[in-house]
Amino acid sequence: MDKFTTLTGIAAPMPLLNIDTDMIIPKQFLKTIKRSGLGVNLFDEMRYTQDGKEIPTFVLNQPAYRKAEIIVAGDNFGCGSSREHAPWALLDFGIRAVISTSFADIFYSNCFKNGILPIVLPKAAVEVLMADAQKGANARITVDLEQQTVTASDGQSFAFDVDPFKKHCLLNGLDDIGLTLEKVKAIDTFEAAAAQSRPWV
Amino acid sequence: MTALKTLYDKIWDAHVAQEDADGTCLLYIDRHLVHEVTSPQAFEGLRLAGRPVRAPEKTIAVPDHNVPTTLDREKGIENEESRIQVEALDKNARDFGVNYYPVSDIRQGIVHIVGPEQGWTLPGMTVVCGDSHTATHGAFGALAHGIGTSEVEHVLATQTLIQKKSKNMKVEITGHLRPGVTAKDITLSVIGATGTAGGTGYVIEYCGQAIRDLSMEGRMTVCNMAIEGGARAGIIAPDQKTFDYCMGRPHAPKGAQWEAAVTWWKTLFTDEGAHFDKVVTLKGEDIAPVVTWGTSPEDVLPITATVPAPESFTGGKVEAAQRALDYMGLTAGQKLTDIQIDTVFIGSCTNGRIEDLRAAAAVLKGKKIKAGMRAMVVPGSGLVRAQAEEEGLAQIFIDAGFEWRLAGCSMCLAMNPDQLAPGERCAATSNRNFEGRQGRGGRTHLLSPAMAAAAAITGHLTDIREMM
Repeated sequence: MDKFTTLTGIAAPMPLLNIDTDMIIPKQFLKTIKRSGLGVNLFDEMRYTQDGKEIPTFVLNQPAYRKAEIIVAGDNFGCGSSREHAPWALLDFGIRAVISTSFADIFYSNCFKNGILPIVLPKAAVEVLMADAQKGANARITVDLEQQTVTASDGQSFAFDVDPFKKHCLLNGLDDIGLTLEKVKAIDTFEAAAAQSRPWV
Repeated sequence: MTALKTLYDKIWDAHVAQEDADGTCLLYIDRHLVHEVTSPQAFEGLRLAGRPVRAPEKTIAVPDHNVPTTLDREKGIENEESRIQVEALDKNARDFGVNYYPVSDIRQGIVHIVGPEQGWTLPGMTVVCGDSHTATHGAFGALAHGIGTSEVEHVLATQTLIQKKSKNMKVEITGHLRPGVTAKDITLSVIGATGTAGGTGYVIEYCGQAIRDLSMEGRMTVCNMAIEGGARAGIIAPDQKTFDYCMGRPHAPKGAQWEAAVTWWKTLFTDEGAHFDKVVTLKGEDIAPVVTWGTSPEDVLPITATVPAPESFTGGKVEAAQRALDYMGLTAGQKLTDIQIDTVFIGSCTNGRIEDLRAAAAVLKGKKIKAGMRAMVVPGSGLVRAQAEEEGLAQIFIDAGFEWRLAGCSMCLAMNPDQLAPGERCAATSNRNFEGRQGRGGRTHLLSPAMAAAAAITGHLTDIREMM
């Protein structure tokens, strides 16, 4: 997993509420057995017509946002299925941070496993950043994970919360499984005790 | 005095293998269910790192999302990518030695129907799967939730998840349901009341007389859609109905172990006075048969209502509602019962169990679906299908004009050939009405199996109470 430290980039505004994982990556692209290559189909049904032509009004098709690295989104981004194809598609497109007032639980967790930082901010802050993003490619937003701040192009800065463990893993690009396997003794002990107390499991 | 605990607290505490100072826990996983769509990258990760599956005996794999449900499926899967994905599961299941129900096995079906049916899901367990509808298993008083593929790999390798505890939310449904009102109407009404993000950060315990009165099938329907309300999991305290359902299932404990298990399961309830961070109460008598009108499960109304005006909402929901009406091809003020449909889908992990098929068949008995209607029943598992045939339900569906399919996820998410064409409108017993969910441009109205059957007969969304 790539580290995430700081990022200054173009932010694409997507004010729609409840952008779900079927919108982010429709099911016909879940048939892959790989993690890569999904960026071209990110937001596929919002982004392309039935015959594969770009829909010019869709934000990521507009010249200013084609190289967006941040999305500023409406409430409850990533609701729906557990498909990790959603963050894989975002990452493959080049998105490294998503800012919203709230995220669906599984999507939120999936982002951290893939080097994407989901940032929860209060409504007023998201509105400021949304307006900033709507200015186009000249308005760059800066995300600093170490300092836990998001800074708009006019210098206005907002602090955000992030779980210390998730932050540590993201800052250092750490593999969860490797970390957990260092605690294998605790798992062995638990498993042995459970085999006594709940042998039917 | 020991601290008062919720049901969720008790199951959580019984599964913490290790806890860090900041509250980050290694949660031990008792059952890991696996299907073909969200697992190939996880098994590949194990191979690349040279890691085995830590507990193959606690891991259960079954293909469901991609499998054809037409009767000729022994011919194989036409779509190459789908076929490769199912073949990958087949190979991974055999290479890593996990429990496996291949397409050819009569026990094959939707992973969330197979787990309980085979007795893999039991009270007090932690159950995960790379699928958001894992919440279904909470009906047994198990802590069950969906995970992403990275976490699938983590569970395969370590039999644990790195987790922080969620908050406790209580959803109480008091009193009794009125005739024609089902578990599906309860769970949709709760989402209508709380919104799709109302449960975010919480584990919901469903309780109250109307929940206690539900069968295990109905409880699974309720918990199944906890995720649609944003919750990590939904859970219902086990009781005699739960124990009766589990007893004798292939992987349920037997003899002395059964007795020991039941003794522990009987301690799995929320202590009187235990703290909930959020409480929502609905009166069972106030719940009507409902349908969704929009493209989010929270867009739900009683069948007697009219399509709402976007201006009746506030904030960003005004634009979202307008977009939903445009997508759904509906006009504000239109009566929901005037909405014409052309497709009916009965099935899914929400409503693909025997009780659901009984409810639909009871409406359809001796009747015909409207001319030109495309209607299908996709049983949740091969065993549900066999039982429905034995009970004569299959014949009722066939006589009415329904297609009687083999088990799988089918048109719930349309990964297999069962899809809506643009503009087609479906009354579906499944769980998501998102844009494009059942096929690009397809329009979905979520409802109960009986309401779906009624719509198949009349050709429009219909109040089931008028047919009773």
